Amino acid sequence: MAFLQGTRRPKGIRGDRSRGIALHVSLILGVLLSAFPFYWAVIMSTHTSSEIFSYPPKLLPGSHFLENVRSLFDNIDFFGSMFNSVLVAGSVTFLVLFFDSLAAFVFAKFHFPGKNVLFALLMVIFMVPAQLAAIPQFVIMAKLGWIGSMTALIVPAAANAFGIFWMRQYMKSAIHDELLDASRIDGASFLRQYWHVALPVVRPGLAFLGIFTFMGQWNDYAWPLIALTNPNNVTLQVALSQLNGTHGTTDYGMVMTGALLALVPLLIVFAVGAKQIIGDLGKGAIR
Amino acid sequence: MATALDKPPVSVGSPSTSSQPKSGFRKYWHLYAAISPFYLLFLCFGLIPVGFSLYLSFHRWDGLGSMEWAGLSQYKYLLSDTDFWNSIGNTLIIWALATFPMIFLAMITAVMLNSAVRFKNVYRFAYFLPNVTSVVAIAIVFGSVFSTNFGLVNALLQAVGIDQIAWLNTPWGIKIAIATLMTWQWTGYNAIIFLAGLQTIPSELYEAARMDGAGPVQTFFRITLPMLRPVLLFVLVISTVTGLQSFSEPQVLLQNTSNDSTFAGGPGHSGQTMVLYFFQQTFDNNDFGYGAAVAWGIFLVVILFSIVNWRLVQRRGED
Repeated sequence: MAFLQGTRRPKGIRGDRSRGIALHVSLILGVLLSAFPFYWAVIMSTHTSSEIFSYPPKLLPGSHFLENVRSLFDNIDFFGSMFNSVLVAGSVTFLVLFFDSLAAFVFAKFHFPGKNVLFALLMVIFMVPAQLAAIPQFVIMAKLGWIGSMTALIVPAAANAFGIFWMRQYMKSAIHDELLDASRIDGASFLRQYWHVALPVVRPGLAFLGIFTFMGQWNDYAWPLIALTNPNNVTLQVALSQLNGTHGTTDYGMVMTGALLALVPLLIVFAVGAKQIIGDLGKGAIR
Repeated sequence: MATALDKPPVSVGSPSTSSQPKSGFRKYWHLYAAISPFYLLFLCFGLIPVGFSLYLSFHRWDGLGSMEWAGLSQYKYLLSDTDFWNSIGNTLIIWALATFPMIFLAMITAVMLNSAVRFKNVYRFAYFLPNVTSVVAIAIVFGSVFSTNFGLVNALLQAVGIDQIAWLNTPWGIKIAIATLMTWQWTGYNAIIFLAGLQTIPSELYEAARMDGAGPVQTFFRITLPMLRPVLLFVLVISTVTGLQSFSEPQVLLQNTSNDSTFAGGPGHSGQTMVLYFFQQTFDNNDFGYGAAVAWGIFLVVILFSIVNWRLVQRRGED
């Protein structure tokens, strides 16, 4: 042992430093790989189709971005679709935050007959795969006359098992019983306790759930593709996939411009809540 | 709320109230009301549909006319349906091509992130970014990168002097393109989950190992990996459940590469996953009854495969 340590020490300092550099170099390589498709999308959105199809490939941004934006707006109702996406993602997020946190509050802090059975049921529901329900859902919504409208996307997503489970775990540790007892003695009703005692304490948990719900809804594709049967009234993701025309004839410059512009609202939401997400994601997995 | 204040002395003082069940419900009704939205939604868009899809799988139905009893015939057909077996094979191959490199890369990235002190949050942000992006947008980007005539991958191959590959036109090219997309989108996400797991390993363990003269490789296999097993299990199960139900990646990437259906999964159906096949049968062929049988088939495959994976990781833990 002593012999080993003796030979290692002198190398140690210089070794640590070169190892640190190697570490950061490989980490930066990973970052470049993560970022490359974004860069590539920028390249393509600033070139015309003929430039894109030429060899060697263009590696630096071009000057045709505004042209591509114009043909994008000519080909799809970009702002109409974006309005639909904002409407769906926004309303679902609002409803999920309200319904999930209210249910979670009950499960975390109250006792009532049947509570354990109901919560176990919730966890089972968590695991039912989506396509098992897809056909009947479609049939039910057709009967209700919701197919083709945003209602078909908003209503079924208004509350979910994941969010209730997540908020319950959060509330269990974040809301102290003394606080609730005190408000109860003051005569606060159930809804007042929820609104004035519980919600202010669990804001970080709500932020995480809200951002995740918004991103999930913004990016959702399979169900909107089926449920939105009118090609002129769709969400942004479905509109983008419509642009991806027959192979070889796709106007890639235009499609990439659309893909990039569709990312902007999402990146804003993510940048605002990044700390929340990245920090809490880990905690959730360990629990 | 005066009633809430009045209640405790009443219920404590006289436990045998005249109408016990009614007062029980009256006492708790607001709690039931508060949790009811989720259960009502689940009833309408979860439980009834799942039950209905079981019923449907024993019938022939095109979604418009009347249903015809079919007994087990659709399940019998499913077992001999070469297209369905083909889609199972495709799904498993794509899953394996995506998941193993992903877990390997995510683990390495997490270990590196765990030892890098500076810029940790910047790295985390950058690595998480691919997961925020919509599959549709990113499938369009990858479609161009893997394009036969002007794609970047082929341009690189050409520059090195290798023949071009028709990525989105050959069975393996299609699968590799889809798997690359998935690996790109999920490596950073899983690296951050692994990182959270790494941070719970007590540093005394590493110090003890260093005292005993263990090298970095030995330390990784003797300490890091065993301590990380619960997280590994979590990552593996989640990526099995989501990976076996992949839909958007192959759909957007290959929707225009074959003539028969936007859910065909490319030439020769070589990128058609199980869920794509479900969509084709149901919404392109309007075969709602058979579609329901396919959905139950997929459910079974996912459950079986998850159990196998779970067992494999657990058994290794007993060694």
